[in-house]
Amino acid sequence: MIQLEKRLAPSKRAQYLNPFLAVALTMVAGGLMFAVLGKDPLAAIRLIFFDPIFSEQFGSYSRPQLLIKSAPLILIAVGLAIGFRAGIWNIGAEGQYIIGALCGAGVALAFYPMEGWFIFPLMVVAGALGGFLWAMIPAILKTRFNTNEILVSLLLVYVAEKLLAGMALGLLRNPDVAGFPGSRDLRRYESAHNADLIANTGMHWGVVAAMIAVILAYVMMTRHSLGYQVRLAGQAPRAARFAGVSPTRLVVVCFGIAGVLAGLAGMFEVSGPSGQVRIDFASGYGFTAIIVAFLGRLNPIGIVLAGLLLGLTYIGGELSQMMLQLPGAAIQVFQGMLLFFLLALDFQTNYRLKLTKGARA
Amino acid sequence: MSTTTPLLQISGLTKAYPGVVANDDVSFDIGAGQIHALLGENGAGKSTLVKMIYGLVKPDRGDMRLRGNAYAPVQPSDARKSGIAMVFQHFSLFDALDVAENVALGMENPPPLRDLATRIRDVSEAYGLPLDPSRLVGELSAGERQRVEIIRCLLQDPKLLIMDEPTSVLTPQEVDILFRTLRKLSEEGTAILYISHKLEEIRSLCSEATILRGGQKVATCDPREKSARALAELMVGQLLTPPERAARATGDVVLQVDGLSLKSNNPFGTSLKDINFALRAGEVLGIAGVAGNGQDELLLVLSGELASPSDRVRLLGQPVGHLGPNGRRGLGLVAAPEERLGHAAAPDMSLTENAYLSGAGRKELVKNGFIDWGKSRDFAESVIARFDVRTPGPHVVARALSGGNLQKFVIGREIEQAPAVIIVNQPTWGVDASAAATIRQALLDLAAQGAGVVVISQDLDELLEVADSFAALNEGRLSAPRPARGLTVDQIGLMMGGAHDLHAPEGADA
Repeated sequence: MIQLEKRLAPSKRAQYLNPFLAVALTMVAGGLMFAVLGKDPLAAIRLIFFDPIFSEQFGSYSRPQLLIKSAPLILIAVGLAIGFRAGIWNIGAEGQYIIGALCGAGVALAFYPMEGWFIFPLMVVAGALGGFLWAMIPAILKTRFNTNEILVSLLLVYVAEKLLAGMALGLLRNPDVAGFPGSRDLRRYESAHNADLIANTGMHWGVVAAMIAVILAYVMMTRHSLGYQVRLAGQAPRAARFAGVSPTRLVVVCFGIAGVLAGLAGMFEVSGPSGQVRIDFASGYGFTAIIVAFLGRLNPIGIVLAGLLLGLTYIGGELSQMMLQLPGAAIQVFQGMLLFFLLALDFQTNYRLKLTKGARA
Repeated sequence: MSTTTPLLQISGLTKAYPGVVANDDVSFDIGAGQIHALLGENGAGKSTLVKMIYGLVKPDRGDMRLRGNAYAPVQPSDARKSGIAMVFQHFSLFDALDVAENVALGMENPPPLRDLATRIRDVSEAYGLPLDPSRLVGELSAGERQRVEIIRCLLQDPKLLIMDEPTSVLTPQEVDILFRTLRKLSEEGTAILYISHKLEEIRSLCSEATILRGGQKVATCDPREKSARALAELMVGQLLTPPERAARATGDVVLQVDGLSLKSNNPFGTSLKDINFALRAGEVLGIAGVAGNGQDELLLVLSGELASPSDRVRLLGQPVGHLGPNGRRGLGLVAAPEERLGHAAAPDMSLTENAYLSGAGRKELVKNGFIDWGKSRDFAESVIARFDVRTPGPHVVARALSGGNLQKFVIGREIEQAPAVIIVNQPTWGVDASAAATIRQALLDLAAQGAGVVVISQDLDELLEVADSFAALNEGRLSAPRPARGLTVDQIGLMMGGAHDLHAPEGADA
């Protein structure tokens, strides 16, 4: 029989080592998977992890892509990590991301074709507010009716996706092009376009927002009483109540922060890299950000590194689809393996497997 | 009687866990049809003992004989086959299934559900335990759920029924029904091993009682012939004569509690009923009672973790019942809960962070929401220095400290905040003697400086050493506080046993 025993003092070093080990293990297991698919594993790994940045052939295209893919991941993950530290599980960032995009695009399209400096800031506010309000649904249901926030936030993603499809086909559809779903292209609407701040770098307002969010989150978690309350509630819920932390308020605050950041990510995406409200607008950033948050040890600085890495796998995945005809799902398997290995290593750090002979001791 | 073989003979049962001997050479007999009480404080070893009888734990030494034959169950199904059944304190029922399905799941060879429903109805009528087999368990009250467990046991026709604290989840009416059932079972020859620390219950129900203290059997006696005081004395150990102590001059009322009732939101908690007391400046009020009689709830409702109608609790004349912990701290009331790791302190946080935990407001460690970590570290260091906390420094995490050192830190953290009122629960539980002395002296010093002190404790020696006035919690009720001076051991026992009607000292003498 196998028994699990909690380790008295989990190694602190393993805490920081595990993400790197997980990446290495993912490369090995991923390589095996590629080999089974009949591809050269070394070439595939190289294509995913190295070529996007170092290849002369694709570098000029994919280097800016790195920031474009990583910024929303980091922005969302920073918000999620705060909740995860408090033991509040918002799994529905994807939905908050979609609603943020819809609200931001909605404001822009409402003003079209008027030009004005105030339109983009209004879109930012609308995107943040949309994500916030969508996040408040699971938060308030939890605090009022004690519902499970994991289920409610997750299921609301599918509601948001339906809403997105409805908007792309209906209210926000481009009226000038008959028969095609999808909104006007915001990249062609100057006042609403989230353009590269420095041409061809991928450095758009979302990247700036992500950097600000990382710094603010870091300061909040280390110096501000709210960050202390988050950490305390996550580590010792009873001590948190003794310290006067209101669990209700904490749920609302954590969901609110994550909702605002996810909504902003969606808004920057729809007004820049994506440009349009389309049925296939949602690309899973909200879910991948969960991996980013854990891989980054729920620490804002770690999340930057993890976000860049996962951003890389997005680009590398596209490249490998193109060059090696790997199936698109392979890269999702790859990301899933990363989380799987990380959780397995963390588990192994916290628990010890004990083999016992016979049925009972 | 004496010539017949007892149903279950227990001799020399011993079970040690790393660091603690849970049962040490325990022997007693249970006769057929006898209602036998197993009495003891939390941690006295009652649970381990019944787990050995029920085959959940294997004894290190000693043996048991059932009807004269060797009995050594390896697993609970062995015990059930031998006619021993157990109703646990925490039920194991599925909410989404109905009563009959739940009963079937717990049986070795369940009959078809339709026959089972008939049998459940028969048994429930025969023993006066009304229960509809087709109802969903999720809709049942705690008392009804317990009936499901009892009927599940009765269908196996047990010779010995073990009940672990069965009344802790019941209303008084449900208790009456349960007792009638148990007496009927006893008349029919089923023995009952009844675990409890509620003295009056045991005196009214049981014909024999075995008392455990610290894992050892203290006595087997007839509880009907002993007073509640004598039983309490056996349970908690020899009571010392209260030391003579000079009454301190006390000042104005600092904490006033009027008619405070609190329904426990935890099914295994104790509801507080009509608590009244007034605490004066400079006074130490000692609150005694056996564990589980509402101590935790009282601390929570006084510290502000649980709210009450605002005028039920008055601090320095101001209603504070609606305020949370920080609101009350701001007005001068601090508290130190019983559980050091996880409640009073966060295990994985440093002492600096734990100093901030409750000291943020009164020590002004936070400004505009930003934490002054330097000032927090200074505060932690001052607590460490003044209370002689043995630790390399304030950067050490709380869980790395020994129990006594952490307790000194936790109590010291509250005392350093110069409160007007301090509430402590079990301040020296599991603490070595020298740390305990430090903590008690610190509380006395605080009172001498004019603070009101409430000490909730199960350690009577401790209470008699520090308290000016004395009250006891029993099933959520607080006896009227009386001066600790001149209190006799008899009177303390009566207060702890729940004899609230004996308030006047002359009444006790008569």
